[in-house]
Amino acid sequence: MSEVTLSGIKKSFGQNLIVKGVDLQVGEGEFLVMVGPSGCGKTTLLRLIAGLEQVDAGEVRIGGARVNDVAPRDRDVAMVFQSYALYPHMTVQENLAFGLTLRKFPAAEIASRVQEVAGMLELSHLLERKPKALSGGQRQRVAMGRAIVRRPKVFLFDEPLSNLDTALRVQMRGELARLHRRLGATMIYVTHDQVEAMTLATRVAVFNGGLLQQVGPPLDLYNRPANRFVAGFLGSPAMNFLEASRDGARFTGKGFTLPCPADVPAGHARVLLGLRPQDLRVAAQGPLAGTVDAVERLGFDGYAFVTTEAGPVAARFDKGVNVSVGDKVFLAPVADALHVFTEDGAAALRHPEQRASLDVSAEVAS
Amino acid sequence: MNRPSRLKMAAIHAGLTLLCMATLYPVLWVVKMALSPTDGLALTANPFPETVTFEHFRQVLSGTDAAGRWVFGRQLMASIVVSGATTLVGLTLAVSAAYALSRFRFPGKEGGMQALLVTQMFPATLMMVPIYSILQKLHLLDSLSGLVLVYATTALPFCIWNLKGYFDTLPRELEEAAVMDGASTFQVFIRVVLPLARPALAVTALFSFMTAWNEFILAATLLNDPSRFTLPVALQRYVGEHKVEWGKFAAGALIVSAPVMALFFALQKHLVGGLTAGGVKG
Repeated sequence: MSEVTLSGIKKSFGQNLIVKGVDLQVGEGEFLVMVGPSGCGKTTLLRLIAGLEQVDAGEVRIGGARVNDVAPRDRDVAMVFQSYALYPHMTVQENLAFGLTLRKFPAAEIASRVQEVAGMLELSHLLERKPKALSGGQRQRVAMGRAIVRRPKVFLFDEPLSNLDTALRVQMRGELARLHRRLGATMIYVTHDQVEAMTLATRVAVFNGGLLQQVGPPLDLYNRPANRFVAGFLGSPAMNFLEASRDGARFTGKGFTLPCPADVPAGHARVLLGLRPQDLRVAAQGPLAGTVDAVERLGFDGYAFVTTEAGPVAARFDKGVNVSVGDKVFLAPVADALHVFTEDGAAALRHPEQRASLDVSAEVAS
Repeated sequence: MNRPSRLKMAAIHAGLTLLCMATLYPVLWVVKMALSPTDGLALTANPFPETVTFEHFRQVLSGTDAAGRWVFGRQLMASIVVSGATTLVGLTLAVSAAYALSRFRFPGKEGGMQALLVTQMFPATLMMVPIYSILQKLHLLDSLSGLVLVYATTALPFCIWNLKGYFDTLPRELEEAAVMDGASTFQVFIRVVLPLARPALAVTALFSFMTAWNEFILAATLLNDPSRFTLPVALQRYVGEHKVEWGKFAAGALIVSAPVMALFFALQKHLVGGLTAGGVKG
């Protein structure tokens, strides 16, 4: 019994309402990633679950029990901090054992658990060292070990990988995923990195401005974003948005005309069109035209950033295509690529059919 | 960076040498007085003693009172007890107050901090009369506990500010991590905060100890019985109404400053760390 339920959570600091009423359920054994820009309230929400902050309104339940008024140490949750927060005056061994010592576990039990966790995280040869004698990745592992050794109901991670270099981050991401499979524990993970969100999560919760925008499996959010914010937040480069008005079976915007898919509900004269850069190609002919501003070549393919009449747009090109800054180019969407949102971007009206061949992980990671 | 010219370097060194001599001259004079066989104030420019004798030191260290008790030993003990107790009491109170001021939010916090600062603006002499009458009411005149009470309270504001400044620099996440690990507020304080605050504690302890060790005016006012005198008061007894025993006075001064100097050397590393890391930067 280790599911976490948030209902109607509100929290403000002084005059600033940071969390504006969040309902969210995290199932047992789930790896939920909370993602959003800085200041969106995701870290505050994590600290509210930990008990480091008190909710102003709403209810936090862990394992079915209301914990609003329960002290952090009695909530049976462990937290890994962004700065690791290792105790500088203690050795790795003491850092790992601290939580168990405080809870008055028998010495033999502490020793065996520390050994087990140290083995699991390849820390066994570092047990006598102080944190300052460890590398960034090792500190990170100690911080995780300190949480694991307690075998808590729920793990909370506050941007645990953001202080590592890219290579280490990729490696630790893998270790985290393995750890989750191995422990099968409920994990709630805060990050602003959408790659971590897409790769680690069983479900992703996207936050903006203190409100939950959408929650669901990573690919669902990528394929069927509920609003403009989610659509623009997940995916790299970000989705292109074009303002258009509907004219029977066509969308017309500044300098372009696109066919309107049959499944767009009627009654929206002005809309916002969304096109992922991966679904828009630099081509010999196409409905959009503009001047290339910048080019990013990634080897196999690349992205051209093009200024069109309708605004800046990113589009993919293949290895063989020759594109350089200043070129006048045409852009053509691939078949059935159009996301359609209401004019204000608050709700989605239509998504493309999911294509089986869509290789999201490769595209997101680029 | 350009290397200064030889002439400039020479001028700088000459200036620094002169400054060092000016600073050291009075100290050398004290050493000279302590080591010279005469008891007078020989007004010669030469800061080095012509003949060296340790007679003054012997007399200061071995003096006995009318009852035949070893006076210096008693006075040394009095000084150690007073300074030690002041440090212990002052630090215990300051460390908890500073932590509360650094971490908790409560009404009167800002006002309290300001009030502590304001107390530092009055000279000690101003407080002498009220302190005297308070101790009289408490029947603590002419007692070492009374002196400890006065020293500890007067040292508190500085100690609190200094420690609070250091606590402010400790990352909160460390304490939050300990809370998540299951520590109570008290355990966080004892097992995480205090061990990390060691440099600041060393500086603050040394400050309290030194203030109490060197303090003269209050001790001279509050103590009557020579066997309870702290060393600075005892020293002053060599300056009589009709005769000043300069030799013994100088010897005593050197003896009194020796322990503090030893402490400084012993804690030097901590001091530098504590001063740079603590609230007394720059």
